[in-house]
Amino acid sequence: MFRENHENKKVATASKAGCTVTGSEALMLSLLEEGVDVIYGYPGGAIMPVYDALFDYRDRIRHILVRHEQGAAHAADGYARVTGKVGVCLVTSGPGATNLITGLANAMVDSVPLVCITGQVASPLLGSDAFQETDVVGISMPVTKWNAQITSAEDVPGIIAQAFYLAKTGRPGPVLVDITKDAQFGETTWSYRKCTRLRSYFPYPKVKLNEIQEAARLINQSRKPLILAGHGVLIAGAQNHLMELATRADIPVASTLLGLSAFPSGHRLYAGMLGMHGNYAPNVKTNECDVLIAVGLRFDDRITGRLESYARQAKIIHIDIDPAEINKNVPVTLSVVADAREALSTLLSYVKENRHTGWIDTFGSFRSEEEEKVIRPGREPAGGHIRMDEVVHQVSEKTKGQAVVVTDVGQHQMVAARYYRFNRPGSFVTSGGLGTMGFGLPASIGAKIGRPDREVVLFVGDGGFQMTIQELGTIAQSNVPVKIVLLNNQFLGMVRQWQDMFFRKRYSFTELQNPDFVTLANAYGIHGERCIKREDLAEKLDSLLASEECSFLEVMVEPEHNVFPMIPAGESVSNVRLE
Amino acid sequence: MNTGQKKEIKEYTINVFSENHIGLLNRLTIIFTRRKINIESLTVSESHIPGIHCFTIAINSYENLVRKVILQIEKLVDVLKAFYYTTDQIIYQEIALYKLPTSEVTGYIGLETLIRDFGIRVLEVTPEYTVIEKTGHKTETQELLEKLKNHRLLEFVRSGRVAITKPMKELTVHLEEKGMAFNYIMKEDESY
Ligand SMILES: Cc1ncc(C[n+]2csc(CCOP(=O)(O)OP(=O)(O)O)c2C)c(N)n1
Ligand SMILES: [Mg+2]
Repeated sequence: MFRENHENKKVATASKAGCTVTGSEALMLSLLEEGVDVIYGYPGGAIMPVYDALFDYRDRIRHILVRHEQGAAHAADGYARVTGKVGVCLVTSGPGATNLITGLANAMVDSVPLVCITGQVASPLLGSDAFQETDVVGISMPVTKWNAQITSAEDVPGIIAQAFYLAKTGRPGPVLVDITKDAQFGETTWSYRKCTRLRSYFPYPKVKLNEIQEAARLINQSRKPLILAGHGVLIAGAQNHLMELATRADIPVASTLLGLSAFPSGHRLYAGMLGMHGNYAPNVKTNECDVLIAVGLRFDDRITGRLESYARQAKIIHIDIDPAEINKNVPVTLSVVADAREALSTLLSYVKENRHTGWIDTFGSFRSEEEEKVIRPGREPAGGHIRMDEVVHQVSEKTKGQAVVVTDVGQHQMVAARYYRFNRPGSFVTSGGLGTMGFGLPASIGAKIGRPDREVVLFVGDGGFQMTIQELGTIAQSNVPVKIVLLNNQFLGMVRQWQDMFFRKRYSFTELQNPDFVTLANAYGIHGERCIKREDLAEKLDSLLASEECSFLEVMVEPEHNVFPMIPAGESVSNVRLE
Repeated sequence: MNTGQKKEIKEYTINVFSENHIGLLNRLTIIFTRRKINIESLTVSESHIPGIHCFTIAINSYENLVRKVILQIEKLVDVLKAFYYTTDQIIYQEIALYKLPTSEVTGYIGLETLIRDFGIRVLEVTPEYTVIEKTGHKTETQELLEKLKNHRLLEFVRSGRVAITKPMKELTVHLEEKGMAFNYIMKEDESY
């Protein structure tokens, strides 16, 4: 369906070939050339010519009017993560542009392709502290893969083509294009050529056969291998190759936070999530395996804990597309610098059938200990308040692991990551590297717009919800049927947990006095319910999920529940605490 | 700091070959500031290849860190290639200019001493002041500076380092090799 659409758009842009158009119209045509069908934005003085051009293209490019530019960036981010396409934002200069920065930083560290277009004062005013002028190119430098400023209409198609090429190829990332007002008004002759190459940019390292063969040799000889699957697996679309590798060579697969859903949670070889609040077995086994095969990940400190005692016993094979990630945090035995899918598909030519039954069995006792001490008590509590765990568990059951799960940041994020059982790749949208509270609600908007065919469920905390709560207005106006589950513990829960564990329970400013969220949802025209009693939970979740429209459910959960297991910051992955 | 890091701080010269685009210098320095590496000197010029610019950056740091920095520099979209060298792998120079009262030069210091002992060049002499130039390593220009500080030195300035590398492999060969090692689009990517 998308293809068809795209063909129509092609015709529209082709008929303009050789015509004189404004920079603003050239921008619209360029977006169509790149297959853009939706943009997230907010207008203002310095981008008004573009918005005026957009008015003529509103039947071909859907514009989602957000309530804050940060929301635009996160919505585009959520959209990009579930579609694999580039998310596009359109905002004005000055405060509009600076409001994007958190969203850019978030997309940068999580390798999400965005093209953000910012308006700018007219070029003769640049550098003069003109009204709403900020040096957004300068400000955004550390948080963009690339950025550029357009000061003349004729540069629009070329720079936009580059922007899309750079955002989506290689290790993806956010790109910012700043367009001065005179460039938006100015005229140029329309023509477009996609960018397919820049001489100073090297996106896809060619697979080196000798490295692959050496990797295969290490894997074939290993007796206690462990695969770590990261975001790169999903970005590259390598989940089938991952499955083939794991099953053929009989290797347990553990996942990073952003790698979740790359491997089905219910698979016999799935070892669980890694990291600070990950599962018991994969963290401990990281320090017992003999060969560690890390695919598409960057050994973040939330995964490795104390580096000096991380997988010291193992031969480490690191497959990643970004050469700068190799040996950055963890010294490796062998690096394969390549796209995950290419690397794995080549690797599969050399990896032999194998069985590691004994090794895999050793995961069992860790799994059952965690099940007994942590998982079951959370899923089936004896009484008391509702626990976040049981809410996520029930949603997982009710959606059969088929939903796109979006989260905000905090305890509920970790609980969602731990207890949702994924059956489809590309089903988890969360802020990983930056841990951006306020990400969830706008990201869920983008995710639902990107995948209208899928159920999109947002788990959000009472703290983070209020950071971008105004996007309820976007949901109402643009009619985005996301299902919002607010896990309300009346605390900045994750920070409170640290205060509890590491700061002698001194709850310094982590308690929240909250508004009546249900009334608030209603005020936005969104149906809302509150669940306080355990016996109401299943039914309320059923009606939430059955709704055709956006629907909101606030669940009052245990205020002082701590997320376990936990590896305290800076400690070894072996020192997992279960309680 | 990581384990396995050689804990020896040395002087390194980094050569970055890039497109000549606005803002790249900013992106480069961000990489150094993020890792708390002070740039000792910086020179930007065209290179021997038309259209390609060269940054010469002198820093003091650990080799392990320098290696990571190089990879992060190469990751910048506008950078073609970056190298790092220890001081024994390069031929390098800096140029220093000194301005003194002419009376000092002809009187106390003696022009002959300056020319014979320090190998300076005289750039300008007026009744009031004299400007001399010395080219060399920092230790040499520094030595002269220390001496002239006692002689009513009016102004002093030293350039960044310029360096030529000893290894014979040409940049174009490096670039060809790099170009060969990469694809620019994914084969299967239908949209391109
Ligand atoms: C923008 C931002 N500010 C502060 C933090 C630090 N922080 C991390 S988790 C957290 C608490 C989140 O509280 P809530 O949204 O209620 O979720 P909970 O942990 O209670 O599930 C805070 C304040 C952050 N990650 N992001
Ligand atoms: Mg909370």
